[in-house]
Amino acid sequence: MISRFVEWIKAALLEVQEYVRMLGKVGRALVTPPFYFRDVVEQFDAIGVGSLTVVLLTGMFTGMVLALQSGQTLDQFGARSMVGRLVSASMVKELGPVLTGLMVAGRVGSGIAAELGSMVVTDQIAALRALGTDPIRKLVLPRILAGLFMVPILTVISTAVGMVGGWLVTFSLLRVASSVYWNSVVQGLFIQDVWMGLIKPFVLGFTIVSLGCHVGMRTTGGTQGVGRSTTNAVVASSVAVIAVDYLVTQLLIVLMY
Amino acid sequence: MTTAKPAPRPPLLEEALAHGGPIIVFDDIELAFDEKVILRNVSFTLRTGHTKIFLGASGAGKSTILRLILGLLKPDAGRIFVNGEQIDSMTEDQLMAVRADLGMVFQEGALFDSLTVRENVGYKLDEELHWPAADVDRRVEEVLGFVGLKDFIDRMPSELSGGQRRRVAIARAMAAKPRILFYDEPTTGLDPITALTVDQEIVKLRDLEGVSSILVTHQLRDAFYVAEHSAFGTGAGDARGMRLERATPQKEDEAEFILLRDGRIHFEGNATELREAQQKDAYIAAFLS
Repeated sequence: MISRFVEWIKAALLEVQEYVRMLGKVGRALVTPPFYFRDVVEQFDAIGVGSLTVVLLTGMFTGMVLALQSGQTLDQFGARSMVGRLVSASMVKELGPVLTGLMVAGRVGSGIAAELGSMVVTDQIAALRALGTDPIRKLVLPRILAGLFMVPILTVISTAVGMVGGWLVTFSLLRVASSVYWNSVVQGLFIQDVWMGLIKPFVLGFTIVSLGCHVGMRTTGGTQGVGRSTTNAVVASSVAVIAVDYLVTQLLIVLMY
Repeated sequence: MTTAKPAPRPPLLEEALAHGGPIIVFDDIELAFDEKVILRNVSFTLRTGHTKIFLGASGAGKSTILRLILGLLKPDAGRIFVNGEQIDSMTEDQLMAVRADLGMVFQEGALFDSLTVRENVGYKLDEELHWPAADVDRRVEEVLGFVGLKDFIDRMPSELSGGQRRRVAIARAMAAKPRILFYDEPTTGLDPITALTVDQEIVKLRDLEGVSSILVTHQLRDAFYVAEHSAFGTGAGDARGMRLERATPQKEDEAEFILLRDGRIHFEGNATELREAQQKDAYIAAFLS
C-alpha cells in the first residue's frame, strides 16, 4: 500500500518535472528561430474562431438564466431593477472567464490531447523530428500562443453576450426597462472587476492549452492511450480552470482591491 | 532551380567517408529502460554505399538502433558516430543538423494524416529547407515518379493502401537526397508482390542513388532479396530505366546481416555466411527456418 503511494508520488513528480521542462522548451522556442508563423495563424483560427459558437451559446444562456434567477430573488426585496448589476458583476468577474475556460477545456484541451496523442502513437512526432522539425516549435508553441491570446478574446465576447442575454430576459420577462437594466450594468462594474475579468483568461488559456499539449505529448499505449490522454486532458484542465481561477482571484484581490 | 544536395563536408572528411568509409559507427552501445536491458555491447560499422540488415525477434532491439542513430533516444553508455560526428552527447538543436543527412521510413509509414501526399513528400523541402514552391513540386513529382506513385500526388494518406503508404514514406525520406536511409520494417504486413516493389525501391536507392542504408526487418525473404540483388541504370533521357540482377559476390559482401538476440549481436556476416551459420547454430537455424 505504502509502496504504491510512493510510486504514485514519484509518477506525479515526474509529470510536474516533464511539464516544467516542456514549458522551458516553449519559452526557448518563443525567442529563438525557427518560428512557424503559418501554424500559429492556423491555431488562432482553430482555437479561437472554432470555439466561438460554443462560447456564444454558453455566454448567452448563462446571462439569461442569471437574470431569471436573480430577478426572482431580488423581487423579494423589491429590487428587480438591480438585476443588471448582478449580471454584470457575476459575468465579468467569474462566470465569463470560468465558463469560457471550461468550454475551451472541453473542446480544445481534449482535441489537442487527442491530436498530439495520436501523432505520438503513430510515430508522426518521431517522423517530424527525423525530418528536422522540433515538435515543440511546430505543434506546441502555436497552440499555447493561440490559447493565451484567444481565450481572453472569447471571454470578452462571452461576457458581452451574457449581458445581452440578461437584458433579453430582464426586458421581456421581468418587464424592466432597457435603460434601467444597462444603467444598472454599468453601476455594478468597477475598474478592478474589469481588470480581473481580463487578466484571468490569459492565465486560464495558457493553463488549458499547455496541459492539453503536455498530456498529448506524453501519450503511450496505442489507441487506448489516446483515449486515456483525452480524458486526462479534459479532467486536468477543467480542475485546473477552477483551481487557477481561485488562486488568481485571491492574488488579484490582494493586489488590486 | 534549387538542387537537392546534402550540405558539403570538409575535404578530409569527404575522403574518409567516400565509398567504403565508416559513415555510421556504433561503439559498445548499452541501453536499458528501467530494469529491462534493450541493447548490450552493440558495436558495428556501416560503410558508405553499403547496407546493414538487422534481423531479430520482436523486442530484440532492432528499431531502437535506428532511433539511437537519429538521436530520438540517447544511449546509457558507448559512442555513436554519424557522418564523422559524435552524436550521443548532442543537444536536440545540434541533432537537427545531423538529421539533415538522414532519412527514415517508419513502420506503417508515419505519414502526416492531415497533409496530402504532395505535402507529406515535400514537407522537409518546404518547411525546413524553404525551397521555392515550383522547385518543391518538381522534386516531389520526381521522387513520386521514382516510387511509381505520381498519379497519387493529391490523395490523402487515408486514401492509400498499406504498400502505397510505405512507398510514399520512402519518397518522403529520399526527397531531400540524404546520404543515409533507414527502413524500419518497411514490408511488414504487406502482400509478397507489394513487398517486392518496396524491396526493389530500397535496392534502386542504394545502387542508383548511392545511398547507404540500414534495413530493420524480420521478413527474411525481403532481407535476402535486398542483400542479393543489384540495380543498374539503363538508357538515357526519356528512355532512362533500370534493371535488377542477381548481385555479384563482391556486391553481396556490401550487404551485411546482423542478428540481434536479447539486445546482443548474435551473428554478423554476409548472406552466404548467414546461410552457412545455420548448420552450426540452432538459434540461427530456428530463425531462418
